[in-house]
Amino acid sequence: MKTAVTIAGVTFQNPVMTASGTFGSGMEYSEFVDLNKLGAVVTKGVANVPWPGNPTPRVAEVYGGMLNAIGLQNPGIDVFIRRDIPFLKQYDTKIIVNVCGKTVEDYLEVVEKLGDTDVDMLEINVSCPNVKEGAIAFGQKADCLYDITDQIKRHAKQPIIMKLSPNVTDITEMARAAEAAGSDAISLINTITGMKIDIYKRQFALANKTGGMSGPAIKPVAVRMVYQCANAVKIPIIGMGGIASAEDAIEFMMAGATAVSVGAMNFVNPYTTIEVAEGIEHFLEEQHIGDINDIIGCVK
Amino acid sequence: MEQKTALKKKVTAKVMSQTRIAPGIYDMWIASDLAAQAKPGQFIAVYPKDKSTLLPRPISICETDPDREALRIVYRVAGKGTEEFSNYREGDSIEIMGTLGNGFPMEKASGKTVLLMGGGIGIPPLVELAKELKEQEFAEQILITAGYRDGNLFLAEELSQYGAFYPATEDGSAGTKGNVMDAVAEQGLKPDVIFACGPMPMLRAIKGYASEAGIEAYISLEERMACGVGACLGCVCKTTKKDSHSHVNNARICTDGPVFEAKEVEI
Repeated sequence: MKTAVTIAGVTFQNPVMTASGTFGSGMEYSEFVDLNKLGAVVTKGVANVPWPGNPTPRVAEVYGGMLNAIGLQNPGIDVFIRRDIPFLKQYDTKIIVNVCGKTVEDYLEVVEKLGDTDVDMLEINVSCPNVKEGAIAFGQKADCLYDITDQIKRHAKQPIIMKLSPNVTDITEMARAAEAAGSDAISLINTITGMKIDIYKRQFALANKTGGMSGPAIKPVAVRMVYQCANAVKIPIIGMGGIASAEDAIEFMMAGATAVSVGAMNFVNPYTTIEVAEGIEHFLEEQHIGDINDIIGCVK
Repeated sequence: MEQKTALKKKVTAKVMSQTRIAPGIYDMWIASDLAAQAKPGQFIAVYPKDKSTLLPRPISICETDPDREALRIVYRVAGKGTEEFSNYREGDSIEIMGTLGNGFPMEKASGKTVLLMGGGIGIPPLVELAKELKEQEFAEQILITAGYRDGNLFLAEELSQYGAFYPATEDGSAGTKGNVMDAVAEQGLKPDVIFACGPMPMLRAIKGYASEAGIEAYISLEERMACGVGACLGCVCKTTKKDSHSHVNNARICTDGPVFEAKEVEI
């Protein structure tokens, strides 16, 4: 039985990855999960310099999911290269580094520094606020997305994955822009912007007022968007959004994802990634499917 | 790299008993071998079974009994999750992860007069702390003050076994009328070191008092959490020193804490 999938020339032993921001750089979850058994660890976003993130409360629970407004707190690329990459290199898994920035220059600085390291792919978080453009996210305007993808692609030594925001009218437009600018793959969906109000305190649940919604409640939206993008572009897709089980992961793959990421459910069950990977194997066996690649986009 | 043996784990445990000890306050014993590794001031994450409430609830460990492989939580019903837990009965299963956080630095009480200060649902972790301080006999003197809303002095009898106990009640129905700081003033308590857990206004007052009086104080903080293991960076607090994770003076309450030296946090 073949569970390996290939994206932009990088072969993953299985399609199960971690969604950026939900798994740190793997260190904390390595107490629960054998990282050797994951297709890849996708790290939390890293910027050119340390970012302090947002005030608290940064997280809130909502029905079937959660909101977060962490604000991309991170130690900056230098500490990350010194500490997090060597940690991950101890394991037999692929490393995908999520890159964030406030300006194109920020992204390029991180991408260039990562060029000298032994990581496998870069995932570009284009839902970060674009300070130069007055906080309009790069990922919400097709021409901005094209431009940043194009510039990063020119500087990146590793294949790149543009991570798309679902907070757009037509996600296929964004997928096409990323593909046209040379992105090697796309990942979707990032969180859906939401809000929660504490009616007794007459306050927002999050200090940031709004936050990104994740968890099982968003899965149908994510599956729909993966399906739409799979029909719009030829580059591979990493699908995510509320994956809690192998069945969920298979749904994403049948919709057209080559690989999948487990996000918020890591918080609910730290063993989710492994359970999804094992569950996929069981499904293939039970359904007499010899190669996982045969199910990718099989539902038209 | 080979998988190392985990200290933290998520397990399905059994409820041994549960009683309501005051309005909205529940006392649950859970059978789990996590009891052997638990330290005073650590907490567990308790996962609701209702899938509309996904995130674990961080609840402090009130007491442990390693011989029976049992740990005890005393918690307040504050929402849907804790409401669910309050309905568990003997023999029911309960999803928990632990043990989490650093715990109180008990060695700081060595040879000193130590004052344990608890407010409301911050009182329960003082039970194991007081018990172990008494068993270890290295503190010169153990003083305990606990602040309640009213005369429902939950855990008061137990705490009285371990040290001189001074309750305070908001309505004046028992002990000092007011809060724990009022009890300290009224009783003329003169600690060398403070261990505290309670609501933020109380912790702020203790931080101010400790700083003015030049007393070492260790306070247990609380914040909305998601992962509970230091990965999501949801539950941070501002610190005077660079934190170990991001070096941005934002320590993770779940892993760097929940207990911090008062002078090191900005609250």
